[in-house]
Amino acid sequence: MSQAVHAPHAHAITSVGRIMATVILALVPATLYGFWLYGWPAVFLWAVALATALLAEAVALRLQGRPARPALFDGSALLTAWLLALSLPPFAPWWIAALGSLFAIAIVKHVFGGLGQNVFNPAMAARVMLLISFPVEMTLWTATMPPAPGFAEALAITFGGASWDAMTSASLLGHAKTELTRGVDLLHSLPGHYALQDGLAGSRVGSLGETASLLLLAGGIFLIARRIFTWHAPVAMLLGVAVPALIANWANPAHFLGPLPHLLSGGLMLGAFFIATDPVTSPNTAAGQFLFGLGCGLLTWAIRSFGGYPEGVAFAVMLMNAATPVIDRYMKPRIYGRDRKGGALPAEQEART
Amino acid sequence: MKLFKLRGGVHPIGRKELSAERPIRALPMPERLFVPLQQHVGAAATAIVAVGDKVLKGQLIASGQGPISAPVHAPTSGRIVALGDYPAPHPSGLPVPTLTLEADGEDRWQAADIPDDPFALAPEDIAARVAAAGIVGLGGAAFPSAVKLNISRKSGVDTLIVNGGECEPYLTCDDRLMCERAEGVVAGIRLIHRAVGSRQVLVGIEDNKPAAIAAMRAAALGTDIQVVAVPAMYPMGWDKQLTRALIGKEVPAGGRSADIGVLVHNVATAYAVYEAIALGRPLVSRIVTVSGGAVKEPCNLEVPIGTPAQALFDHCGGFGKMPARLVMGGPMMGHEMPITGIPIVKGTSGVLALTPAEIGQPEPAPCIRCSSCVRACPVGLLPLEMAARIRVGDLADAVDIGLKDCIACGSCSYVCPAHIPLVHYFNHAKGELTAKEKAKLKQEATKKLATERTARMERIAREREEAAARRRAAKEAAEAAKKMTGATA
Ligand code: SF4
Ligand code: SF4
Repeated sequence: MSQAVHAPHAHAITSVGRIMATVILALVPATLYGFWLYGWPAVFLWAVALATALLAEAVALRLQGRPARPALFDGSALLTAWLLALSLPPFAPWWIAALGSLFAIAIVKHVFGGLGQNVFNPAMAARVMLLISFPVEMTLWTATMPPAPGFAEALAITFGGASWDAMTSASLLGHAKTELTRGVDLLHSLPGHYALQDGLAGSRVGSLGETASLLLLAGGIFLIARRIFTWHAPVAMLLGVAVPALIANWANPAHFLGPLPHLLSGGLMLGAFFIATDPVTSPNTAAGQFLFGLGCGLLTWAIRSFGGYPEGVAFAVMLMNAATPVIDRYMKPRIYGRDRKGGALPAEQEART
Repeated sequence: MKLFKLRGGVHPIGRKELSAERPIRALPMPERLFVPLQQHVGAAATAIVAVGDKVLKGQLIASGQGPISAPVHAPTSGRIVALGDYPAPHPSGLPVPTLTLEADGEDRWQAADIPDDPFALAPEDIAARVAAAGIVGLGGAAFPSAVKLNISRKSGVDTLIVNGGECEPYLTCDDRLMCERAEGVVAGIRLIHRAVGSRQVLVGIEDNKPAAIAAMRAAALGTDIQVVAVPAMYPMGWDKQLTRALIGKEVPAGGRSADIGVLVHNVATAYAVYEAIALGRPLVSRIVTVSGGAVKEPCNLEVPIGTPAQALFDHCGGFGKMPARLVMGGPMMGHEMPITGIPIVKGTSGVLALTPAEIGQPEPAPCIRCSSCVRACPVGLLPLEMAARIRVGDLADAVDIGLKDCIACGSCSYVCPAHIPLVHYFNHAKGELTAKEKAKLKQEATKKLATERTARMERIAREREEAAARRRAAKEAAEAAKKMTGATA
């Protein structure tokens, strides 16, 4: 095709790099909060994830004989690694982050054809891979208790495999699940473990950046205001979790958590605003995005409530990623002058008297 | 008035402030005008003057041909010095038959035929005068206006919509026209109204032109014309979009506005109708916005048809900066001008000289499926999907998901963060489809010819065979007869 001069002779001030940078900006507060909460190990883990992703991206592009420069600076690999880092246990060893990033970029992204071609969200696919392969390292949650470990101790934790004596705690969802399987119902297991204000403030057991639910929510609202994405997928995902949680909790409070702990726990906020809105792996119409978000939410709730894993966001998103082509196929916008099926609207010229 | 909900659309950077406050000035008559015979949709006009002829301003120099066409008139008085090919204001830039007129500097009008009371003319008479004046859609479509009037008069019009949208960035010619010549525009609207007898008349003007809205409201006072402010967005000036905004109805796919009882005309067209009927002046000039970051003094000029674009830039002080691109029309749907000698035609609303920063067309990146293009498309298409199919050469699939409904408005390309030239893909694919269809028709015709030829050859062979057989039979019969006679002899 000729690359001759063509209309439009004007362009909105936007680029892929700008979009990625804006999303990263929205993640910064939650990330900084995670750093403050968990200290140097969190910083190291984050840095390892990012560095590995950039390296993997450069090598993958080089191998395909494609120019690495523009892709490296479009920020998409950085964003993937950043999201992955936020979903890791903060005191995980460095190779968890490195392996996760490598898998996300080299396999999930580039084997499918690179930016825009991947079916699954790379960060979530990597998280699921890690969770299945290294269940121990991936569920070593840390009770948060500033002051965090010092620099030297942190080096030992991230790179030396040292343990940290606070690494015994369980996340709220994990705790609830373990106790339920032991036959202790929620009415007995929750008090003493869960306080709502902890969930709100993010000072509770969890991944590096997932715990600061309110900061993630604020970041998401900022991105909606900047029109990076629309409200459809995130709101639907939150509804998809909250509505069944409300009903089940009302029916059987001993077995089902209520909507608030669900909303403020685990990776839901991160998932709703930063994963379900991933343009590449979600549908491309507003209605489709709503359906997608709703599916993510319902599946998340179902996995959390009935599945073998305490957390379900990553699994739920991947399942819905797989459903995206089908959603896109059936949820097309109506074309001007046509009905939903694509037939022309009837002419309605009334005879004049 | 209640407006109806719209879908899609973008808010491009307007840049109208460059020329919005510049009153319309007349461009001094250039020495030579280059008047193409085809400035409209339909068949080209045929020259009825010869090289060397003297003509008066407004004199018919080429007559329309066939049902969809428009005549062309002399934009000034002078002498025809050439009839030949000249680069056309067309994306291909290929030369088209053009009359060259050397101005005599007197700018003398021919005697005008002015009716005593234009508003007492019969509807058919109005349409006939519009046709004779060579008026075409001045919003850029350049469809012969009288054809639209006649179709609508026959099928009946409920709503006459007058398009004062002017949604393309930079362009301010309609805005200025409504501000400065609202009376004339309103008179033209009333004439069109009379020609088609619609129930209501709505003038849609984008709300970023408050002065134009006020002027038009004042001029329309006491008439049954309703001036409605519509939200500023691109492409509000797309007839079908404006129709949806004002009356909430959609033109059926493949149909015409007339199918839903609507007739849409542009404000500048209405003004041309007024000039043609009330002043007896055929369409020989139009208002053009000269703008862009590279132009020293952007402005709005009244320009004789056939003026080379260079003359407009020169009159605006030339280029202050080196232009990166010259455009005829608006930046969203206009065409690049390969050379500045290209003449202004009836459908030219603007000439732009844009700087590199204004164009902003960096290298395309991979599509990230952000669906910005889907949200921007006023038609409800999936530009990213169409582009993906076209890229792999699957045109049939692209047509299945709506390629032919694309109006090439450019909204999708404008917002795409990956800078993918989406419209370019679509235009290219549509061109290929047309070529294919033509080739198919040609192939079918050839095939038909071939089968006919074979049939003919067979028939001839058969006939020959039969003739030979007849001859043989006759000969045998003769011989037999001879033998018989011989025997009897
Ligand atoms: S706007 Fe561009 S990048 Fe976004 S989905 Fe459309 S084609 Fe892809
Ligand atoms: S150019 Fe075509 S596909 Fe793109 S926004 Fe306009 S109508 Fe839609």
